[in-house]
Amino acid sequence: MNYHWDWQFFFQEADDGLKYYEWVIAGLGWTTAVSLASLAVALLLGSVLGVMRTTPTRWLVAIGDTYVDLFRNIPLIVQLFLWFFVVPELVPDKIGIWMKQDLPYIVTAVVGLGLYTAARIAEQVKSGINALPRGQRFAGLALGFTEWQTYRYVRLPMAYRIVLPALTSESMNIFKNSAVTYAVGILELYFQYKQIIEKTSQVLEITIVVTMAYFMLAFVMNRMLAFVEKRTRVPGLISGTGGK
Amino acid sequence: MSDFDFSVITANWHFLAEGLRYTLQVTVTAMIGGIIIGTLLALMRLSSIKPLQWFAAGYVNFFRSVPLVQVILAVFLILPLLLQFLTGKMIPIGAENSAYFTFTIFEAAYYSEIMRSGIQSVPRGQIGAGYALGFTYGQTMRLVVLPQAFRNMLPVLLTQTIVLFQDVSLVYAIGATDFFGAADKITQRDLRPVEMYTTVAVVYFVICFALSRLVKRLQARIAIIR
Repeated sequence: MNYHWDWQFFFQEADDGLKYYEWVIAGLGWTTAVSLASLAVALLLGSVLGVMRTTPTRWLVAIGDTYVDLFRNIPLIVQLFLWFFVVPELVPDKIGIWMKQDLPYIVTAVVGLGLYTAARIAEQVKSGINALPRGQRFAGLALGFTEWQTYRYVRLPMAYRIVLPALTSESMNIFKNSAVTYAVGILELYFQYKQIIEKTSQVLEITIVVTMAYFMLAFVMNRMLAFVEKRTRVPGLISGTGGK
Repeated sequence: MSDFDFSVITANWHFLAEGLRYTLQVTVTAMIGGIIIGTLLALMRLSSIKPLQWFAAGYVNFFRSVPLVQVILAVFLILPLLLQFLTGKMIPIGAENSAYFTFTIFEAAYYSEIMRSGIQSVPRGQIGAGYALGFTYGQTMRLVVLPQAFRNMLPVLLTQTIVLFQDVSLVYAIGATDFFGAADKITQRDLRPVEMYTTVAVVYFVICFALSRLVKRLQARIAIIR
């Protein structure tokens, strides 16, 4: 194979005075930042939507269902482009100009990725709550809890534990999905990957390094949540046996 | 906000339709190829031969850990190098063709996990029954286990295909003209992002929403028959 292997290039200086390995590290930092921030948005909104879909109130269910249908049936990259290029044109001029000029890219990207993932989290939270016996809600109500208190003290603490494995895989997905934000100008790991290939043509070396970096992110996330799973597991459930 | 100009869409409808056709072609190719390779991987994963198990597990875990956009670009760049190494000639592949290959091998990992749980959902006794009838391993799988596994998993396989249909939009990374790529290219020229991206979103939504409702109905029907 007449490919010219050269691992040294990582220590060469790029145009901006930084070395290429520093580009990789900077990308890794942005990937982590975008992913964790989006995960926070997604968990918060997804939980609210998931709870709404299990309430007895019709219109709350309808809003939750519509949200999930809408955000699950449009590709992520299209959703990001909508937030970046379409929404600023649809809102009043003043806000639109502010969005285009002053709002940092990263905020829009986090909102886009967060709202996209929230639909998936809402599905998990809903199925977690529905997996609980109906008696748990009745028991709560019989004790004089309000509807909200049965969620807060009885149902949600159980539901989260049940769906933690599914939430773990969503949290790992968000790191992979964050790569798509390169298309709207976030300088994350995939963006740097693309740029380093354009500058150096050392495709194989950088592919190996970036692939390993994504592996590492997924692995760390997996281990951290396995730890949470172990600490919060419910005694007596089948799922409460392994930390995997 | 400027007024929504429908003429931008009608004027470019032909180009958009071509893009949509390419998206559908990649989806169907990757679905068929992915399910075939995925089934083979699932059988390897469940076989008693250790190296086959390791290979299948490694393959699936590898592709499930890396972002699809990265795989799309990496294959697009590395495949020509590999072909040159194997044949000694420069064979130009092009972004459009490389995507067929990428999506097939990438989706195979996901379909394989679905087929694996489908095979595991078939009662073990049926394999014994197959052998008792004098079937070979291949016959037991082909005539007894796989048809049931496939049928049990049909809704999940189709749901994965809807995800795949949406994921084809990521060929944007190598500049191939799929449905979204077509809309993006028109936007670069006509500078009408609102009309173009909204159209893409609406069309994707209508297709995927309709398909997912169909899958739901299919799921209900299969559940009754069982």
